[in-house]
Amino acid sequence: MGKRLNTQYEKRPDIAQIWAWLEDVPDPEIPAVSVVDLGIIRDVVWNKDRLKVTLTPTYSGCPATGVITLDVQTALLKHGLDSVDIINQMTPPWTTDWISHIGREKLKAYGIAPPVGEASCAGMLRLGAADMPDIQCPRCDSLKTELVSQFGSTPCKASYRCKNCLEPFDYFKTY
Amino acid sequence: MSAQSQKNLQQYVLRLADNALIIGQRLSEWCGHAPALEEDIATANTALDLIGQARNWFAYASELDTDGRSEDQLALLRDERDYLNVLLVEQPNGDYGNTLMRQFIFDIWHFYLLEGLTRSADATISAIAEKSIKEVNYHVSRSSDLIIRLGNGTEESHGKLQEALNNLWRYSGELTLSDALDDEMLALGIGADLSGVERKFQAAITRGFHEASLVAPKIGYMQRGGKTGVHSESMGRLLAEMQVMQRSHPNLTW
Repeated sequence: MGKRLNTQYEKRPDIAQIWAWLEDVPDPEIPAVSVVDLGIIRDVVWNKDRLKVTLTPTYSGCPATGVITLDVQTALLKHGLDSVDIINQMTPPWTTDWISHIGREKLKAYGIAPPVGEASCAGMLRLGAADMPDIQCPRCDSLKTELVSQFGSTPCKASYRCKNCLEPFDYFKTY
Repeated sequence: MSAQSQKNLQQYVLRLADNALIIGQRLSEWCGHAPALEEDIATANTALDLIGQARNWFAYASELDTDGRSEDQLALLRDERDYLNVLLVEQPNGDYGNTLMRQFIFDIWHFYLLEGLTRSADATISAIAEKSIKEVNYHVSRSSDLIIRLGNGTEESHGKLQEALNNLWRYSGELTLSDALDDEMLALGIGADLSGVERKFQAAITRGFHEASLVAPKIGYMQRGGKTGVHSESMGRLLAEMQVMQRSHPNLTW
């Protein structure tokens, strides 16, 4: 049975190979990291001779979501995969906990402080400023930093300033 | 599902869609005009979250549409009486204090409404609610932080917030007022229990006003009507601006 399947779909590249290709697809807004590093690709499976790729949106209004779908499709097409179904799956909702260790290192090298700690569940309403953890400056590693704005250049970031090297920087919010 | 129950479910989803869309549209009006760059970015980002949430609701409302209307047609080509948002979200921005107060009242209510909807028997509704509430959690933290700081700030900042509260509180009653559609959706396990939402909303907002040294006015009659399409004067002007591109260039796409 296994043998027959292999013959039938012998032209199917294996899943590990496809993940490796997807690791080359950059996030359109933070090109230093790939869509795999960010945990946006949830699943890749073969369904007979069609490939099913499951993506998850980061923020509801993130304009990158549509571009990511297109970029994934294009990248796979370049490798000869033209029968691809892209599924956008909302649950479980995306969290920064899914950003890989390598992804975090790449963010820091790019000048964006990676998310600190684990995302808390949104079960309790709290009034007042969210408890912001100590954020380390991605340039000089100082912990003497201050929040400038709870939002930044994209929905996933907040703006910070380092009081040691005086550089402003983005912080990828724990979410 | 019978045609009538499908229609009712769609109406319920459209209320959620319209609330997010209309307050998102109002917040977008600040883009490029907010009092400080950081506020401009924050307001635009909040609008982006809310319009993104609206898109998710509209996509579902479009699936449920017996006339096969697309999400864009539903969002941008209905007439005023067909919009089902609460009156609070369509209120003009006024000064920045008024916008912040409107947001604070909305955010707290929105949080508890979504919390109820995460338990919806309808899998699409609970998925959108679960996704949205993470964003709304952050909105609450921002608007409550600002309300508390500005309420305890200068005489001017306190005065502006108190005036905004006096102006907007009359629209708070409608937020948790159940009607036949809410009751039907609750009975089906689809909708949120608005009496529970009201209890939590009142407790949180009272605490917020107290921390901000503000007092909600005593109001004899709470305004209502938006949920059934009866809007306030400013809604027509909001729609005129929001719909002009689709009306003058039908089927326009980006």
